[in-house]
Amino acid sequence: MVLDKVNKWFDQLHVLRDIDLSVGAGEVVVVIGPSGSGKSTLCRCINRLETIDSGSICIDGVPLPEEGRELARLRAQVGMVFQAFNLFAHKTVLQNVTLGPVKVLRRPKSVARERAMDLLERVGIADKADRYPAELSGGQQQRAAIARALAMEPKLMLFDEPTSALDPEMIAEVLDVMVGLARDGTTMIVVTHEMGFARSAAQRVAFMDQGRIVEVAAPEQFFSDPETERARDFLSKILAH
Amino acid sequence: MEAVLDNLDFYASGVLSTVTLTVASWAGAFVLGVVVAAFRVGPVGPLRAAAATYVELVRNCPLAVLFVLFFFGLPDAGLTLPTYTTAVVVLSLYTGTYVAETVRSGINAVAAGQAEAARSLGLSFTQVLAGVVLPQALRTVVAPLGSLFIALIRNSSIAFTIGVVELTGTTSQIGNRTADYTAAFLAATTAYLLLTLPSGIAVDALERRVAVKR
Repeated sequence: MVLDKVNKWFDQLHVLRDIDLSVGAGEVVVVIGPSGSGKSTLCRCINRLETIDSGSICIDGVPLPEEGRELARLRAQVGMVFQAFNLFAHKTVLQNVTLGPVKVLRRPKSVARERAMDLLERVGIADKADRYPAELSGGQQQRAAIARALAMEPKLMLFDEPTSALDPEMIAEVLDVMVGLARDGTTMIVVTHEMGFARSAAQRVAFMDQGRIVEVAAPEQFFSDPETERARDFLSKILAH
Repeated sequence: MEAVLDNLDFYASGVLSTVTLTVASWAGAFVLGVVVAAFRVGPVGPLRAAAATYVELVRNCPLAVLFVLFFFGLPDAGLTLPTYTTAVVVLSLYTGTYVAETVRSGINAVAAGQAEAARSLGLSFTQVLAGVVLPQALRTVVAPLGSLFIALIRNSSIAFTIGVVELTGTTSQIGNRTADYTAAFLAATTAYLLLTLPSGIAVDALERRVAVKR
């Protein structure tokens, strides 16, 4: 996945400024930065939940198509995990996970169900398959949402602050799943404030501030000896406590 | 009182006629309303405009005027329908505007993240709407849709103006024959309440049954 000179405005607000970033197959890139720095917008632009105003975003060398069938096909290959989980409230966990494979990939229901149960097993909530989202804890909901995204067998997984709405204990259970995915070679872009995850699972850390990617470095390099003043300042603030 | 007791079988057929008129019109109004609401939130500009125009035109006309207009206008336009069918068409078109606006408000009340998550899976606009957004939207608007259904039962009485012999039409005939309009229409009032009040209770029960846990 390659972003080239991507720019985006919300009216007068320049939220993404000349973003260049490429992520190779199997790579895990963590995007960190202060609130309002454009991290989530960047993440949402990659599957075109937000449109960009200039530059290009290519996946496997193909630029993001316009809204329509082509875009739907691309989105099916890019998994997205949201801060607010966004599980379908009127469907059980199992139905949430099988919806995409049945409707989009045209898998037979029985096949989709079997695969969904494997995935729910993998994220540790197979016993919740027939429950509704509201009956689950936040951590369980987010793990279900990860299973839902994985069911599409995506080439790339996007995580938009997946643990920001969770209690500390639940953060751990979600991060465990994500670390597992990273080890298995899943290509991931993760917007997060979890520095521990960045250290243990990321190949690279991209630090954003005011719509720019200020610094990209290996995690050990970034956390021990950041190049830019802005990154040093940010790290000193969040690591102070 | 005799005016009523002697004519119970007429009342029964009047009630039956009102019920079939209401149910047939509701089916039309519901399908029409959901489709129009889908057009209004959809990505196709001309469909959005056509749906908005329909809603604003029909919703802002008096129902009695629409009845008379269609009663004379359809034959003039070369389409001659049985009076009962004309009544179903008018009631469906009229109630459909309200159903459309109600469903649209339900769609807008579904959290944006639900549609985003569905689009992220690669579902098409129609699949997102039919599979994820509408099922939740309809559940949230059961109560106002129920009010529309009850309004439709009452509005069906205006079909009497073009000569449909439903409950109100029957009652008018009985009043005419017995010269006791007060008794005849007190009975009709009771009969309408026997239709509308249980409908309200049924709607409440349905709302509880389909509610989505949040």
